[in-house]
Amino acid sequence: MPIDMPKDKWPGSIQTVTIGATTAEGGTRTRTVTVGGQTTMPYLQFEAPAPHRPVIAIEIKTRKPEDWSELLIDAWDEAMADPAQWAKKAEETGADLIVLALTLEDSPDSAVKAVKSVLSATGLPLIVWGPGQAEKDNELLVPIAEATKGEQLVLGICEDKNYRTIVATAMANGHLVQARTPMDVNLSKQLNILISDMGMPKERIIMDPTTGALGYGIEYGYSVMERLRLAALQGDAMTQLPMLVTPGFEAWKTKEAKVGKGVPETWGDWKARAINWETLTAIALIESGADIVVLRHPESVRRVKDAIEELMVPA
Amino acid sequence: MALTGIQIYKLLPQTNCKECSFPTCLAFAMKLAAKQVELSACPYVTEASKKQLAESAAPPIRLITLKSNGTEVKVGNEVCMFRHEKTFYNKPGLFLRVNASDPDLVKKVTEANAYKVNYVGMDFSIDGFAIEADGDLVAAVKAVREVTNRPLILIGSDAAVLDPALNLLTGESTLIYAADSSNFESLADTAKKHKAALAVKADSLEALADLTQEIQARGVEDMVLDLGGKHLGEWLTRSTQARRLALKSNFKPLGYPTIFFAAQNGVEKEAVYAVQAISKYAGFVVLDTFAPEMIYPLLVLRENIYTDPQKPIQVQPGIYEINSPKPESPVLVTTNFSITYFAVANEVEGSGLPAWLVVTDAEGMSVLTAWAAGKFDAERIAKAIKGFDVAGKVSRKRIILPGHVAVLSGELEEELSDWEIRVGPREAVDLPAFMKQALN
Ligand code: B12
Ligand code: SF4
Repeated sequence: MPIDMPKDKWPGSIQTVTIGATTAEGGTRTRTVTVGGQTTMPYLQFEAPAPHRPVIAIEIKTRKPEDWSELLIDAWDEAMADPAQWAKKAEETGADLIVLALTLEDSPDSAVKAVKSVLSATGLPLIVWGPGQAEKDNELLVPIAEATKGEQLVLGICEDKNYRTIVATAMANGHLVQARTPMDVNLSKQLNILISDMGMPKERIIMDPTTGALGYGIEYGYSVMERLRLAALQGDAMTQLPMLVTPGFEAWKTKEAKVGKGVPETWGDWKARAINWETLTAIALIESGADIVVLRHPESVRRVKDAIEELMVPA
Repeated sequence: MALTGIQIYKLLPQTNCKECSFPTCLAFAMKLAAKQVELSACPYVTEASKKQLAESAAPPIRLITLKSNGTEVKVGNEVCMFRHEKTFYNKPGLFLRVNASDPDLVKKVTEANAYKVNYVGMDFSIDGFAIEADGDLVAAVKAVREVTNRPLILIGSDAAVLDPALNLLTGESTLIYAADSSNFESLADTAKKHKAALAVKADSLEALADLTQEIQARGVEDMVLDLGGKHLGEWLTRSTQARRLALKSNFKPLGYPTIFFAAQNGVEKEAVYAVQAISKYAGFVVLDTFAPEMIYPLLVLRENIYTDPQKPIQVQPGIYEINSPKPESPVLVTTNFSITYFAVANEVEGSGLPAWLVVTDAEGMSVLTAWAAGKFDAERIAKAIKGFDVAGKVSRKRIILPGHVAVLSGELEEELSDWEIRVGPREAVDLPAFMKQALN
């Protein structure tokens, strides 16, 4: 029997955002990444084609992290000692872009140097995170923004308590910003408004609604993303931004991923479980609307990439 | 789809005789629409109206129950597309597929059947087994029933093979997989005879809708849909379409829960496929691999997605004794969010070290969330310590705060001046080491 298929027609759409600039565009990247542009809920290609696929960023640090799981250290090995090597290896692993996380030990000089070395080691677009303390973030991100003018980096992480300096320097130097709020639709919207009010154009903001890992609050992140996407499609301009989330960071914090010994036998093999924790968290978030997922383990990258391919097959 | 009060009113006698104890038929109709009264309170409704009202009251996605002598699995009866709109009610059943021809059949089933994993105080296990009729099905069902009493799915296309196996399962509700356009008559009759549910598969939703109607006409009501498709994109589209047709268009031919085989493109991709199935509306998810490192995260995901968004999982505030604490044992403080409580309690318990764990009423929020929301502050902690008479249980008045809320220690010292306030590690994983080294 013929079926009259109900299709949603939305008035709104997601902003298209491009990260990175090629030489022709005033930067030095060999590739750029474009996300956003959706006019449907995630991957409902019977309503409209999915314009840009979600992308995978691999998170690296300016120095070998002390507190990362042994499994991650095995995976990246010596490359971790040098951000440029690490970035190169991340590119080979299949990253679409790199997240370089600065640490509290970085000085403005060392941070600029690290960013520059990563930019010359890979042609991928770059996201740079401060260490997460307002003063230090600003102290490091401003000189980086200036030293990489025109590269269209994403600078982060802007939060309601600290966004002005980062937004101002991003605007002055042709970069983008990442706007993070703690899993709340209205807070996301508010921060996007504050950043826009400073004059930052919408096509240069990525929102980060925050998420929890599988078993540790993923359901909140999952639903907040669905609600943000629905609000955006309904026409609420200040929610129409692509979304970045950090399943890698969240998953590798959990005991299930971090700890191999002294855990219940019913948790199974450590390595497979840890990678599942990250991969499954990421997949669930992609299903709920993530445009950029930041991951840590190469095997998760491979599996998530594979899934993205399948979701993007045209209807 | 539920009728409105006005639509119901049109089906009533409209005589306002008041026997239902409402002043008018319209008033009664409104109460019916709000599900606050039973239709039977009106003695004058016609049979035709009764039928129409019953149909409209039927859930848009039929509830299917698989049952054995031991346990049951209910799926379907869902009401929304996105969990925040209400909640997802009936968790998809996770079934393990085994082969009748497999010499290790009994071993596999025994092992998977015994599997039980604890997540924040709840025990999870798999729901049942799907037996592939690629060997002696009767022998396989007999053997499986010796080692598990969980519900079964029988996978086969030949009624003559399925029938004798179903004879062994009298009194149970089994699922037969699957009827298609070539065998639906015989399988429908078999399902009817054994009061089994019947899975139905076809290449398109249109063909599937035709088939469910034909099967219904043969007297089978309990059906489960295999929507077909070859990859994640197609499955997402089809499950969204089927759910939408059922919920938004009240399209009865597809108003059934679905079944999905997660290993259909190889076990490599099984876990990832299962994630989408669990998140996106599957009723039954059939796995080929029994691997705790995969089953555990899938069971957790299922729990998370099906948690009622209105009610965070909480534990009772109070003082909990871990490893038989003595008066000199330390007092740990945390919140009553289940995930938080169990993160801490499991660590301490696993370490074998005795402690008193004071769980404050933080309205079911995690440590930092509650702190940010003003539900976990010095005042509340002090109130809990006094309210649960912790001082009456300990000889050494020593409180350990979560490392994430170290900022509270000053204020807490003021609130509880006769107590020693210590700041613990940020993460519960580091508690045992902290208790061994720093607390002596
Ligand atoms: C899930 C979540 C929520 C959920 C709530 C879930 C819940 N039931 O609690 C929701 C979406 C509702 C929420 C809301 C808010 N949230 Co919130 N949320 C989170 C998130 C993502 C995870 C929290 C979580 O569940 N952690 C897991 C549990 C197990 O962790 P935990 O309780 O801390 O326990 C660990 C340790 O503390 C330790 N521990 C626990 N007890 C003890 C005891 C002792 C003695 C020791 C030693 C250790 C210890 O062991 C545990 C495991 O290691 C975090 C960010 C993040 N990724 O961590 C933000 C976060 C906690 N939220 C935050 C905020 C600001 C809020 C809001 C105020 C925002 C708003 N205005 O809406 C609201 C407040 C709530 C309200 N007013 O309704 C901030 C807090 C910032 C800060 N440092 O103050 C965070 C950190 C996000 C951020 N980076 O901004 N949130
Ligand atoms: S009993 Fe029936 S007919 Fe009489 S008022 Fe009530 S609804 Fe109307």
